[in-house]
Amino acid sequence: MNSTVTAALSGTLFGAGLGVSQMTNPAKVAGFLDITGEWDPTLAFVMGGALLVSMVANQVARRRRAMQSPEATPPAESGVDRRLVLGSALFGIGWGLAGFCPGPALAALVTGAADVVLFVVSMIAGMALFRFTAATTSQAAAPRTERVTQ
Amino acid sequence: MTEFTPVAGSIGGVLIGCGVAVLLLANHRVAGVSGIVGQALWPSAGEARDWRIAFLLGLPLGAGIASVFTGGLTVDSQASPAVLIVAGLLVGFGTRLGNGCTSGHGVCGLSRGSIRSLAATVSFMTAGALTVFVVRHMLGVS
Repeated sequence: MNSTVTAALSGTLFGAGLGVSQMTNPAKVAGFLDITGEWDPTLAFVMGGALLVSMVANQVARRRRAMQSPEATPPAESGVDRRLVLGSALFGIGWGLAGFCPGPALAALVTGAADVVLFVVSMIAGMALFRFTAATTSQAAAPRTERVTQ
Repeated sequence: MTEFTPVAGSIGGVLIGCGVAVLLLANHRVAGVSGIVGQALWPSAGEARDWRIAFLLGLPLGAGIASVFTGGLTVDSQASPAVLIVAGLLVGFGTRLGNGCTSGHGVCGLSRGSIRSLAATVSFMTAGALTVFVVRHMLGVS
């Protein structure tokens, strides 16, 4: 099948999952992060369900690779660095403040809610800001990351 | 306050996992939303835009389809416009600096057994929980 079609199918399944699990509702996400308050553990079940299926998919992908090129070893992972932990912490603060992360925010655009639009525009501005600062501060750090995520 | 909904949560999670599986097995790509957005807007040399845009358009489409079956989507946001802007900037900047978000690290990376993704997930979960604690229980905002 065409790679654009399969990507669209993937995104649609992903978005449907976010909708069914109500992760598109920031109150639900904030309820999960509010451990000492009236805790709503739903997000843990969403991640659990997603991890279960993804782990099987990863096994299949690994087996396929091993059959196609048995002597090839997967590239070693680079270690945990400050940049990874700091970036994730900044993301976590924003996530806690608004109850939105990138996937659910984009999926929630379907509601047309002004709050969602404002968040998504700001998120893209934040990515643009990163691009600008990464390009000016360190030329060496940026390209490596692109590979890891994608 | 939201109600604990483990069944809908698990079904939704399995659907998300299916989305991850399709992209991994058919496209050999990781379904990390922040990375896909970044590459769709500013593609690196040799990286295609089409499949990324198709994936991203699928997200609201899928949520729209789901809302038909679940009786609509609720977006109950308590944050003021100023907070939404700050939060959006932090999420955008942080996910690019940290190479991923809830999907790329929390689902794809963890399912692959990545130590980096585990560190990232612990970091954003802790920061998110601490932020909610400070905002709700120390500053007393709803």
